[in-house]
Amino acid sequence: MQELIQLAHGGGGTLMQQLIDRDLRPLYADPAQVLHDAASLALPHGRLAFSTDGYVVQPLEFPGGDIGLLAVIGTANDLAMAGARPLHLSVALILEEGLPLALLRRVVASMAAAARLCGLTIVTGDTKVVERGKGDGLFITTSGIGLQSLGGAQPAAPDGPALVPSAIQPSAIRPGDQLLVSGDLGRHGVAILAARHGLQLDPPVLSDCAPLWPQVERMLAAGLRLHCLRDLTRGGLASALQELAEAAGVELAIEESRLPVIEPVARTCALLGFEPLHLANEGRFVAVVPPEHSAQALALLEPDGGAWIGAVRPAAGRPQVVLTTALGTQRLLLPLSGELLPRIC
Amino acid sequence: MEVCGGQTHAIVRWGLDQLLPDGLRLIHGPGCPVCVTPAASINQALALARRPEVILCAYGDMLRVPGSEPGDDLLRVRAAGGDVRLLTSPLQAIALAQSHPAHQVVFLAVGFETTAPATALLAQQTARLGLANLSLLMAHVRVVPAMAAILAAPGNQVQGFLAAGHVSTVMGLEELHPLVERHQVPVVVSGFEPEELLRGVLGCVELLEAGRPAVLNAYPQVVREQGNPGARALLQQVFQVVDQPWRGLGVIAAGGLALRPELAWLDARGRFDLAEQGRAEGAGAQECIAAQVLQGRALPSDCAAFGSRCRPEHPLGAPMVSSEGACAAYHRYRAVPCRS
Repeated sequence: MQELIQLAHGGGGTLMQQLIDRDLRPLYADPAQVLHDAASLALPHGRLAFSTDGYVVQPLEFPGGDIGLLAVIGTANDLAMAGARPLHLSVALILEEGLPLALLRRVVASMAAAARLCGLTIVTGDTKVVERGKGDGLFITTSGIGLQSLGGAQPAAPDGPALVPSAIQPSAIRPGDQLLVSGDLGRHGVAILAARHGLQLDPPVLSDCAPLWPQVERMLAAGLRLHCLRDLTRGGLASALQELAEAAGVELAIEESRLPVIEPVARTCALLGFEPLHLANEGRFVAVVPPEHSAQALALLEPDGGAWIGAVRPAAGRPQVVLTTALGTQRLLLPLSGELLPRIC
Repeated sequence: MEVCGGQTHAIVRWGLDQLLPDGLRLIHGPGCPVCVTPAASINQALALARRPEVILCAYGDMLRVPGSEPGDDLLRVRAAGGDVRLLTSPLQAIALAQSHPAHQVVFLAVGFETTAPATALLAQQTARLGLANLSLLMAHVRVVPAMAAILAAPGNQVQGFLAAGHVSTVMGLEELHPLVERHQVPVVVSGFEPEELLRGVLGCVELLEAGRPAVLNAYPQVVREQGNPGARALLQQVFQVVDQPWRGLGVIAAGGLALRPELAWLDARGRFDLAEQGRAEGAGAQECIAAQVLQGRALPSDCAAFGSRCRPEHPLGAPMVSSEGACAAYHRYRAVPCRS
């Protein structure tokens, strides 16, 4: 008979202990480690980046990934966008009564593999179980810390850790900066839509889930100045660019013909009435790079499918994103409004 | 006039109208199935979705269409506990009905001849399987009668049509010939890609300049003279043509499809005690100029509420809701860039 999560798995008793010992241990860097409520970490000197995020995707498993992979790389990628090497992660699992244990085990294995891929360790966590109907199978929250310098020691604040502005952030964006994306767009969104609506795509479109730090590290290691990085998650490129334009008070001009969208994604979008630039990604970012560094940055991103997509201009009116179509006409690129709903015909 | 909302979106998305010479104006037509579904049908769907024994199924962009009251849509009913399901194919309703025998599954059947064959298939299979807990809330409409109504209306400005490629894929060209003969306007069947639309516009202009109203198939790789005989036969077996109210256009003679008498037991309006719910007109009827937009008499940007009190997040009218609506197209693409 299939083993299922029961409410008692969250009760703090034997079942919970068994769950942790048997099924959640693989999450942790050192399975023999005694698990406390908090981890003690020795860190080299440097600035820390700290981030947290909740993951509620449906279905829990989809072509090219699962909620566990998302929960690890999602937070790792948020750290990478601050120019920080992801180091350690904490994981909170909220399990719904009735969740198949086999599925949880697959997700945990996937998280452990993702942690290895990102070069980070999972060091502490929490587990709760909610009654059937009060969750959506499995919710995951991860929090992570990362180191913002590449080994170059920066003195810690004399009074201990303090909130300091990151060097890589929207306010650093300047007119003349160039806009690059790190790979093709919209695959995660299509993979999730196909899984959710039972669309049989041929060939299947796999999620773009991937850690971003390796690409960021390559650019930082080359000594490139990066004015801003933003990972493309829900809302896709369109929403990310709009946020950046508003945060920096600039106009972003992008060229539609330069946007990397693979054919099956473009085709599916045409079928369902979606804009590929509104679809979620989980392994892509946009980099805003000063013009003198953009060619080198592009050379580093191109092998992974990265591309130059446009440039930053002073805002003539309100901050906005202007897209030049392949036909040379211009239109605004607006962020996604509300839920993505497939059209009728 | 381009008939289909998909064409309107492509035209505005690619800025094709910016490329056309002066003297050539594209008028946006009523061809968005979401936009033309009458408020009364939406009200009935909302009332059904609120019933605890009902699972209400609809296509994605129907979930956002308000009934008579602003903001009252299927998404809100779902948030309040109603069981509302998004389908990408009507046949998914069969599996739902089979797996929920204690519930009544109702499919909100909307769309032109493009989606009607799939609804017909659903009706046939439901009957074949003898599923007593599955019914249809019918709101299917026919495009050609609406084109005729627009041409016959006083003050009509339409001199030629780009006909909807998808509808013609099913229906073929046959029913377009009498329209052309009667009203003496060219009709060019067009696709949805920029070059296909421009080919359609060119064909229409050439027919106008030659003074030769005719039906031209500028989408021959997809559309055949006879259409899709299998799909047409299915429509005939399952549906009968009826007069039908269109949102914004009033009752259009022969403008809709109803279940044939032998399948009338599948009609949700008969199965449930569905009184006319709410007002007949849609939300925002006082302020929204959707009716003018749907008839090509006004541009979305002519509306005082456009982009301010009427936005995709809180639409006053269906053309702002639907991903194929002209107002949504203008809102998504047409806000004017600050520089050229």
